[in-house]
Amino acid sequence: MTKTSHRSGAPIVALHGVGKTFPSGTVALTGLDLDVREGEFLSLLGPSGCGKSTALRIIAGLTEPTQGAVEWTEAAKTENENRLGFVFQEPTLMPWANVSNNVLLPLKLKSVASERASERVAAALDRVGLQKFGTAYPRELSGGMRMRVSIARALVTEPALLLMDEPFAALDEITRFKLNNDLLQVWQALRTTVVFVTHSVFESVYLSSRIVVMAARPGRVFTELAIDAPYPRDQTFRTSAEYAALCRRTSDALARAMAAGGEP
Amino acid sequence: MTQRSFAQEYRDRVLRVVLPVIVLALSLAAWELVVRLAQIPPYVLPAPSLILQTFVVDRALLTQSLLVTLSTTLQGFLLAAVGGVGLAVLFNLSRLVEYSFYPFAVILQVTPIVAVAPLLLIYLPQPVAVLTCAWIVAFFPVLANTTLGLNSIDRNLADLFALYGASRGQVLWNLKLPSALPYILGGLRIAGGLSLIGAVVAEIAAGSAGAGSGLAYRIVESGYRLNIPRMFAALVLLSIAGIVIFYALAFVNHIALRRWHESALEAES
Repeated sequence: MTKTSHRSGAPIVALHGVGKTFPSGTVALTGLDLDVREGEFLSLLGPSGCGKSTALRIIAGLTEPTQGAVEWTEAAKTENENRLGFVFQEPTLMPWANVSNNVLLPLKLKSVASERASERVAAALDRVGLQKFGTAYPRELSGGMRMRVSIARALVTEPALLLMDEPFAALDEITRFKLNNDLLQVWQALRTTVVFVTHSVFESVYLSSRIVVMAARPGRVFTELAIDAPYPRDQTFRTSAEYAALCRRTSDALARAMAAGGEP
Repeated sequence: MTQRSFAQEYRDRVLRVVLPVIVLALSLAAWELVVRLAQIPPYVLPAPSLILQTFVVDRALLTQSLLVTLSTTLQGFLLAAVGGVGLAVLFNLSRLVEYSFYPFAVILQVTPIVAVAPLLLIYLPQPVAVLTCAWIVAFFPVLANTTLGLNSIDRNLADLFALYGASRGQVLWNLKLPSALPYILGGLRIAGGLSLIGAVVAEIAAGSAGAGSGLAYRIVESGYRLNIPRMFAALVLLSIAGIVIFYALAFVNHIALRRWHESALEAES
């Protein structure tokens, strides 16, 4: 079992023995211990039904755990106002609002003064390369661009922690690679912390500084892998032998996790 | 899109307008011909030319009646819009209110308005009774559609609002009402036609006893007087009023939704 400590900083949020049993009796998660460390890019990797999305929703506070606790560090608590950004599997944009107003939403809900808000919206759109599309409507954009809008919206509050739930799963490979690169750039520029849920070994290795592999039925942490390859990572890394080796290692871990998981 | 299919589409569009007009013209001509050749008296079946003449001769009377009916219809429609949307929002905010009042809204809807109108005319002054009928008929589709719309919000968007700590008012104003807009507009399109029907039904129920002067009242009155051409003229006006209301609301619908809703999108090439 590979378990390496990593260079990242102190935990900003910690899950202690977190479990989730749905009213139907389905155990989505059990005994989950997880530290999210400041500045890291953490991926939750696992087969469907391993509770990775549930874990993310628990961190976001969208679902209450039925056992255990979620603990935020003091520093994160004081930034309460904008500690979280969330990117869903679908772009989840408001179809009736143009791109700018979609990105503005979190600030509007927090009643940020409009002058400052429009500056921050412009900055967020700039980060994802959509500065020229503020007045476009979601339906006029491609799937990849919609996802960029969704990311810009999550970034507009400058969150300490960015939660992403299989955000690129529905995109074609070319678009996904491009967005992977752009996401890494944003992550490095903003020095934010990312928790990224995925079922793609290749994506998780390319992006992450740490991968937590989960097993299903009941959902739990199976093992953890540090991906020590240095950033910035780019096309050279994607085609390197090191990347291939890391993918194989991660793939093996995932295979063992799936063998350990109960039958569907 | 190729040049050929462009031309085809254009031809299609022209045909859609021209063909019904031709059918109408031919029918009117046949009607006119039959009446003249068979020498049918006007109190049995007036020729189209006579009906047209009636429009000119009776224009003051008919215009006044049209305005009365239109004004009732419009008021009934506005009350239905406000009442339907307002009640739906109230239901959405409070389950208790919904449980308490929804059954009565259904009862109002399923009881035939023709049967209710005479009772209303006993207890209410005639203009109010007519307006109430228009409102009763028109308000339910708005209520039902708005309720459906308010409940059809994107779950993820609702989560997003929760994540940013949105208040109930913010969720209602920024998420639920915009999501419900296509449904509300659909309800209003139905309500527009129905409020006209409600007004007509009440006017007819009031009949000769009524002091009103709407188009439906004119129809009843002309019937008693065997003034059949005027009956036809009033009927044509009612028909035109219905068509105008329908297209006006369709236009509003298009303007409000054209930038974002699937229903209002033009087919992309």
